Amino acid sequence: MVTTDEVWDALAEIPDPEIPVISLVDLGVVKDVAIENGTVRVDFTPTFMGCPALEVMQQAMETKIAALGAVPEVRVLLDDSWSTDHITAEGREKLRVAGFAPPTPRPAERMELVQLQRGFRCPYCGSTETKLENLFGPTPCRSIRYCEACRQPFEQFKTI
Amino acid sequence: MSDRTALLLAIADDELILGWRNSEWTGIAPFLEEDVAFSSIAQNEIGHARALYDLAARELGTTADELAFDRTPDEYRSAPLVELRRLEWARTIARHWLYETADEIRIAALKSSEDPEIAGLAAKIDREEAYHRMHAEMWIDRLLATDEGRTRLNEAIDELWPYALGVLDDGLRPGLAARAQERLGRALPDVEPVPRGTHEAELAELWEEMTSVRRSAPAGSRW
Repeated sequence: MVTTDEVWDALAEIPDPEIPVISLVDLGVVKDVAIENGTVRVDFTPTFMGCPALEVMQQAMETKIAALGAVPEVRVLLDDSWSTDHITAEGREKLRVAGFAPPTPRPAERMELVQLQRGFRCPYCGSTETKLENLFGPTPCRSIRYCEACRQPFEQFKTI
Repeated sequence: MSDRTALLLAIADDELILGWRNSEWTGIAPFLEEDVAFSSIAQNEIGHARALYDLAARELGTTADELAFDRTPDEYRSAPLVELRRLEWARTIARHWLYETADEIRIAALKSSEDPEIAGLAAKIDREEAYHRMHAEMWIDRLLATDEGRTRLNEAIDELWPYALGVLDDGLRPGLAARAQERLGRALPDVEPVPRGTHEAELAELWEEMTSVRRSAPAGSRW
């Protein structure tokens, strides 16, 4: 009989479909795992709602659980329980090494454009002389920034 | 249909149709950053529509795709503001700002709903909408900074204001008027709203295109 620890370990092997350096567990989208009568229920919290990777993630979890010999039941929670604050410390470091500036902690107050314009750390050279080029990027979760010290554009994981 | 489902469908239809309109800039926006921005905003809005349709579909015993694509144009509950086709930059920015501002007022009301599913989904949507609002505000600053920008923005606001009022229910309209007056530094036209429940002719054209693939495939096709 499969255990919850084995399920968590298996889910931790699934890479994010669009940023494969981090796993679904690093991303913090697996909210709960429960086992009952051979069925493994996973509560999954979507990241960005229009992200086409969501269905791929769901199918990957089902495949992993089926490979453990259990019946998968992945529930998609449309509540507000995920934010980028749920990305683990390990996940943030993996993002940085791969050239993505990790998301900053979510501010308590309404986020303003001016807070995003300056001061973020370049994942390549570490300088904070970076500027916002575009709030939007190649996927819903990313903004585009430019480092004025090493003259390298880079992607910033949006804070939501 | 319950009031709850009617509300979910109205918001979902707004987001789907506006998402479609925003996506019309993909490939032809004035410069690359805005091509990316409007394409990404479109993707977010359509993602919100899907989640809202999912909630409505559960009550109606159908699916999000059927709600999005299998109704006739008259059955959509979208506000006429999102149906207009205006591939002109000042009007695009004016609609963007008016819609995002009205939507913020609507979402704030939904976040304090006693229905936990509605409140939770509204809060989740709001996290992404914050970026749309920052983008719209940045453009208002830019247009207000020059005489030509201000003139063109004001013309667009004059044209779109009755439509913007129509996005919201009666009770929320004064809030939108106050926000617009303060931010744009001008009086708004004293006009009747173009209400939800009527449709612009452009919706039928959009619907033809949006549903054409779906209608061309036999029922039950898998992709």
